[in-house]
Amino acid sequence: MNEMTKIETTLKDWETDQEVRWCPGCGDYAILKAVQRTLPQLGSDPANTVFVSGIGCSSRFPYYMETYGFHTIHGRAPAVATGVKLANPDLDVWLVTGDGDGLSIGGNHLMHVLRRNVNMQIMLFNNEIYGLTKGQYSPTSRIGTRSPSTPIGSVDRPAIPCAFALGAGARFVARGFDVSKHLPDVLMAAHAHQGAAFIEIFQNCIVYNKDVFEGFAAPKGAEDRQLWLKNGEPMLFAGGTQGIALDSENLCLKVVDVVAKEDGTPDWQAAGVIVHDVTNRSIAHMLVELPFGPFPMALGVLYDDPRPTFEAAVAEERAKATSGKQPDLAKLLGSGQTWVVEGEDGHPAV
Amino acid sequence: MATQAADETLRADSPQQPDAVVVRFAGDSGDGMQLTGGQFTLSTALAGNDLATFPDFPAEIRAPQGTLFGVSAFQINFGSTEIDTAGDAPDVLVAMNPAALKTNVEALKPGGLIIADTGEFSKRNLEKAKYDTNPIDDGSLAKWQVLAFDISAQTIEAVKPFGLGTKDALRCKNMWTLGLALWMFDRPREPIHQWLRAKFRSKPELADANIAALDAGHAYGETAELAGPLRQTHLPPVPSEPGLYRTITGAEAVSLGLVAGAQLADLPMFFGGYPITPASAILHHLARLKEYHVTTFQAEDEIAAICAAIGASYAGQLGVTSSSGPGIALKGEAMGLAIMTELPLVIVNSQRGGPSTGLPTKTEQSDLYQAVYGRNGDAPMPVIAARSPSDAFECAIEACRIAVQYMTPVMLLTDGYIANAAEPWKVPDPASYAPFPVQFLAARNDGENLLPYKRDNKGARPWIRPGTPGLMHRIGGIEKALGTGNLDYSPANHQAMTDARQNKVLGVAVPDQEVCLGEAGGKLAVVGWGSTYGPIHQAVRRARAKGMDVSHIHVRHIWPLPANLGDLLRGFDRVLVPEMNTGQFKTVLRDQYLVDAQPLNKVSGQPFTIAELEAAIEGALG
Repeated sequence: MNEMTKIETTLKDWETDQEVRWCPGCGDYAILKAVQRTLPQLGSDPANTVFVSGIGCSSRFPYYMETYGFHTIHGRAPAVATGVKLANPDLDVWLVTGDGDGLSIGGNHLMHVLRRNVNMQIMLFNNEIYGLTKGQYSPTSRIGTRSPSTPIGSVDRPAIPCAFALGAGARFVARGFDVSKHLPDVLMAAHAHQGAAFIEIFQNCIVYNKDVFEGFAAPKGAEDRQLWLKNGEPMLFAGGTQGIALDSENLCLKVVDVVAKEDGTPDWQAAGVIVHDVTNRSIAHMLVELPFGPFPMALGVLYDDPRPTFEAAVAEERAKATSGKQPDLAKLLGSGQTWVVEGEDGHPAV
Repeated sequence: MATQAADETLRADSPQQPDAVVVRFAGDSGDGMQLTGGQFTLSTALAGNDLATFPDFPAEIRAPQGTLFGVSAFQINFGSTEIDTAGDAPDVLVAMNPAALKTNVEALKPGGLIIADTGEFSKRNLEKAKYDTNPIDDGSLAKWQVLAFDISAQTIEAVKPFGLGTKDALRCKNMWTLGLALWMFDRPREPIHQWLRAKFRSKPELADANIAALDAGHAYGETAELAGPLRQTHLPPVPSEPGLYRTITGAEAVSLGLVAGAQLADLPMFFGGYPITPASAILHHLARLKEYHVTTFQAEDEIAAICAAIGASYAGQLGVTSSSGPGIALKGEAMGLAIMTELPLVIVNSQRGGPSTGLPTKTEQSDLYQAVYGRNGDAPMPVIAARSPSDAFECAIEACRIAVQYMTPVMLLTDGYIANAAEPWKVPDPASYAPFPVQFLAARNDGENLLPYKRDNKGARPWIRPGTPGLMHRIGGIEKALGTGNLDYSPANHQAMTDARQNKVLGVAVPDQEVCLGEAGGKLAVVGWGSTYGPIHQAVRRARAKGMDVSHIHVRHIWPLPANLGDLLRGFDRVLVPEMNTGQFKTVLRDQYLVDAQPLNKVSGQPFTIAELEAAIEGALG
């Protein structure tokens, strides 16, 4: 899809005439705008772009994109999108799902679309709650979440979407949040990745789970709690005063303080801060599991190491299997061990 | 074709040659009975006999050896007359062990021939089969003729020169038995030799051993004829239309019909499947046909299989999915999505015994309600039922045609019996089918505007492929506004869209129902659908030969029903509906036509016998 001819569009070209029906103040608006801002930068062609979604607030997304769109059924968008991509690998497919849609009812399909590595961008809007069904706790809700179905608090441990994705075999794992100015950069990196690109987008449900991401996503003052990962750069946060180092004794990551050199630049090498290598799968496994609180929230591209895509493998196998073969239906129907009945007396001849 | 049914018994003491013979091969599930049956079928077809088969095997892949539930059987009815069923009662039973004898002998015709391998009638095997005494010696088989000898020892002796271990040597037993059967019915061995050489190409010593076993079995027949109850029987070929023939199973016919249907629609085919008995055979067949523009996708589950097929249809290919009862149940919600988004899709349901896991390897017709009614909301969908393996080819093409012309999912019903059974098939000329090439929408269809749900004279909406410039639009499972397809929950719109979907499906052009045997009115109509065709047809034929006023009507289009069916049924005093379920089609007929359709039901996992249906006809005309 990246080989496509780039075309000139503006944000307006990606807006539909449909009235957007999310609650006022919903984080989905910011994500919609980020996507509509990103696509012109990518040079994408609306006619060649398909948004496929499941069910839930996030899954209304396709209706607001002036592209081809398919609002499918609960949890099954990855399967539908796989069929779309196998039928026409030239289409640029974006999948929109949520924490309930993607990790609860559709967890199996999400696992397999990642494992197969079907070339598409998978945006999982994580608001840690079921919004459209009026606020039940979700598979990413924290222990103790009070909701209509858990009036005295949920007791099951939440899933970690990026850890799930990596565990399922994803070759691209990234994180962003709804109002982040870096979200378009994350989306562009996902688009540049050939294969299934998984992006968890923290999204503020202002009605049922307001401000649960305030710790790192608050409009002001939370920047110090964000660890923006950039390939080839040291893992620094809090204005370069802190960083992430490898605790090689315990085989885990740790937060270290970074002291400034005489010239005022942070001496991160001395503190042992590691340089982010997006192809390092072991470090990626540690990054997706970093608990927020003791650690900052790891954001940006956590892992990016492409492998051949499913549809390319299918096409390659087809080419091999059909090489030198001409389809001949009459011949196919008459294949196997056959016999001919000749003449009117009907005597068979083998 | 001959019209007189044959039911003479193969009697060793009868000088007459019969018109048809029923043979059942029964053994342990590891004995290779299905393979033996399959090759015997091939030799029968090559001899020009008409035939029908019934493979009957356990759900377990390797059930514990020698047990009653591990018995695998293959029945074939063949003759020099028209054959419609696998036969009621066998004339010959080949029993490879005590368990096979025990579970099958009661079906054998009185006076029929038992061929038993005494090498397997050990104390232990008799105990496993729950025999207190050895039936070969205790006189309990007196009403049959028994040819009991040590096939195991004969086989070991025959393959001795090839240096196989005892275990491998005994695995050639089925070929020894096949050799004997080939002799019994005067069949050439050469095609089986060829097949064995091809099968064991990489292990020529196994090919040689199996050929030696086959030849030894054949030679045994010649020798034993002089002393025992064995006679050679020759059934002359059935006079049939000139042309090229092959044997075909329902699963093969469905696969080929889908390939033909996609080609007639001028579309690549996308097949999403998930392993399930007895539907997997279709996935296996299609997986080998990539050069016919077929993509097969083994999905993570039944739901993903249909959803991927819907995605492929959305992207402009002919989406197909296939399963059996439990898998079809899982696909239900996605069928609703295809109905709502009005995308073409073919769903093949190879029915098996239910509910739940039920009887995975046994046949039943109990998914008719599920096919016609089994979805949430008012979700109309065309349903077609194949009546035989070869008919499944025609039905698959018909399903593809309706799907693309009406922009709708279509369900094709077969069953375990049709899927596995084989019959001779006159290979059709693909050029004799009228093509129905699909036209995708290429430009806006309402002046400057695009109306994704604008309907044509069939009530179908346009098929719009993503990637087409200027035709971007959104579809989904939420109720859509007439014409535009935008979200619309308004009361009048839902009424109008529900009506439009309903009328589209009810308006599917279905040929008028014909009477396949008898008159278009009279005392009794026997109305069937699906794989009960064979036994109903034979039973009605026999009853008519006795002078009874009875007709056979066999319905292919289950939904919508043929427009003339109500009037046709009202022309009969009585309507009898035999089904391998508890009366599902009977209920549909009563509902649609207010006719007093009477049920005749069987859910034993076995097809109807002709005798059962004859008795019911006589009872109804009483």
